[in-house]
Amino acid sequence: MTAGLATAALDLRRALRRTERRKTLGGLALALPLTAFLLVFFLLPILGMLGKAVENHELGTAMPRSAEVLRSWRGLGPPPEEVVAIVATELKEAHARRQSALVAQRLNREQAGWRNLILSTARRLPEAPNGTWLRTLVELDPAWGEPAIWAGLRRAAQPWTDIFLLAAVDLTRDDHDSIVKVPEEQAIYLDILGRTFWISGLVTLFCLILGYPLAYLLASLPERWANPLLILVLLPFWTSLLVRTAAWIVLLQREGVINDFLVRAGLLAEPVALVFNRTGVLVAMTHVLLPFMVLPLYSVMRGIPLSLTRAALSLGATPFAAFRRVYLPLSMPGVAAGCLLVFILALGYYITPALVGGAADQMISYFVAFFTLQTANWGMAAALATLLLLATLLLYWVYARLVGIDRLRLG
Amino acid sequence: MRSTRTLAAAAAAALLSFALPASARDLTITSWGGAYQAAQRELYFGPFQKETGIKLVEDTWDGGIGVLRTKAQGTPVWDVVQVETDELVLGCEEGILEPLDWAALGGKDKFLPAAVHECGVGAIVWATVLAYDGNKFPNGGPSSWADFFDTQKFPGKRALRKGPRQALEFATMAQGVPPAKVYEALRAPGGVDKAFAKLDSIKKDLIFWEAGAQPPQLLASGEVVMTSAYNGRITAANRQDKRNFKIAWNAGFVYQIDSWVILKNSPKKAEAFKLVHYLTRPENQAKLPAIIPYGPTHVDGGKLVPAEYAVEIPSSPQNLPHGVFFDAAFWVENVEKLTERFNAWAVQK
Repeated sequence: MTAGLATAALDLRRALRRTERRKTLGGLALALPLTAFLLVFFLLPILGMLGKAVENHELGTAMPRSAEVLRSWRGLGPPPEEVVAIVATELKEAHARRQSALVAQRLNREQAGWRNLILSTARRLPEAPNGTWLRTLVELDPAWGEPAIWAGLRRAAQPWTDIFLLAAVDLTRDDHDSIVKVPEEQAIYLDILGRTFWISGLVTLFCLILGYPLAYLLASLPERWANPLLILVLLPFWTSLLVRTAAWIVLLQREGVINDFLVRAGLLAEPVALVFNRTGVLVAMTHVLLPFMVLPLYSVMRGIPLSLTRAALSLGATPFAAFRRVYLPLSMPGVAAGCLLVFILALGYYITPALVGGAADQMISYFVAFFTLQTANWGMAAALATLLLLATLLLYWVYARLVGIDRLRLG
Repeated sequence: MRSTRTLAAAAAAALLSFALPASARDLTITSWGGAYQAAQRELYFGPFQKETGIKLVEDTWDGGIGVLRTKAQGTPVWDVVQVETDELVLGCEEGILEPLDWAALGGKDKFLPAAVHECGVGAIVWATVLAYDGNKFPNGGPSSWADFFDTQKFPGKRALRKGPRQALEFATMAQGVPPAKVYEALRAPGGVDKAFAKLDSIKKDLIFWEAGAQPPQLLASGEVVMTSAYNGRITAANRQDKRNFKIAWNAGFVYQIDSWVILKNSPKKAEAFKLVHYLTRPENQAKLPAIIPYGPTHVDGGKLVPAEYAVEIPSSPQNLPHGVFFDAAFWVENVEKLTERFNAWAVQK
């Protein structure tokens, strides 16, 4: 009897488990298109980008034998004659195949000016050496007698390179291949990374200051008032980002609406610069990103019963204490989510600072676009993007530890 | 399982359709869009199709050697492209452009020397100039680049194109170097340092533009009192928006030549060459300045431009002596180093 019951229970459990499993599989199958989509259009491009930051195939493609011998060569200064001979003859062959430009371009990223060294040498190299190949090269250009170009060639011969990632944090490699700081006047990227975080932080703060009271108002109004107001908050969402940014230029410019009003009202003697500087960037970005702060705040605040604050007041709390000790803690998940959302979106901002900022207000995405579009230096673009991604992930991790990711609520 | 496989097949098919260009396509020309390409369509692309019966499709771009490299991979999806000088030089060196048959184009001596290249033939002559709003200076505006850098004499903000190109040339002219000697001065030891020092002297009054449409807008809004600008945009603003913008040709300017090139391995090489030939005929080139004041590169084309429009193009006899031709060799060699330096300079307050 008991045995029968036990078997039945076991059967039931098994059947249940089977149904469970089927459900899970069904769920997974439903999520499959999304997973495939994310894999193909999100994860793979990111991995591709990370790869581009360390890719170093140019010399290996155009001059494969040279790449091989340079890789196994150690030491400082011009390498032994047999290595030089392979490099020189292969450079000449590569030039005939119109591949020397590829090598020149790669070497120019090690040091500006080497493009011309490679190309003019490749153009003028004789069929046979004049004495030794090294002597022939030095006669064409004395730079070939220096250790620097050979160290550069050796770095370009490796299957992977770290020079772009190093350059993204203002470091480089010297002739001994040790990591050193770049000269003061070239060290800009750490500054720019810092600036990117600083601007994003300020924008987040301004959004919070403006968005919190607004969300509170929306949440405490009766629905028939709250809804039209919410539409006003959402309205900017339906306008192109470009249009909104351009509108700020019109408003903020020297003879724009705001300056005009302030001068006519006698508040200013002369128009002030509000655009093409940091002020313009902060104003425009705060406006563009404000909805991303208001919406999570609003959805969290709607769920906070007003009776709790009333209860606190009736128990003798001052309005401020009731807010600080009851309402604020309850709204924290919305604050945390809104801040994270605004901050991370702000980190990647490109169009808005490019249009309303000055040269000293550009953020890191500007330089990613610059290297991609203008100089076709994909290694550098990918390295800067990687730096931004890593810094963001690190920050997210710190934030998650401080706030607790389960406390985030997006709506 | 079956659904997975179908899905995989569909995904693969979708990807392939991205990756594979249409095998049989029409002759494709790529230019710089906007009002400029509209003028080209009216003057050249339409009549060419009518005359030859060859179907022509258009694309647009904003330049960049990286874009050109991508488009030239395998069987190119573009045939004829209008490029700037550095793209011409780099593209030719890298072997992604077809060498041109100069005899068929009428010979190299028929064109301005700077419009002749192994892989490209000049399309237009255009210039970066000093421009200002005539209405803001009733007693005479700036007449030299020294004036541009003189914030005592002409107070207010000024704008330059972002990046070292032209900025260094203008900063050198501002030190009294005649346009023809500018690149000599920049190549001399310390020449670039002096130019940067000059730029630094008005840094707090400088803002930078990137798109060619910005300078007329900056002038119109009063944001700046003077700016560097593409000459065609200034004239276009005067003609279309009834502005009174002035170009200080005598201050010195940098002129450049855009070129027509054919991508290597173009499946439509013969038609492409026919199109390039059509585009560079003197009588066709001479039609453009009436719409947009960019000058012909064909010597005879220059003579055919009506006098009323000739004064507004950079290559006209009265303007040309004040200009210096953009030194592509200098810039191809130095652009990365100087851009790095310019960025480092510009991003610091």
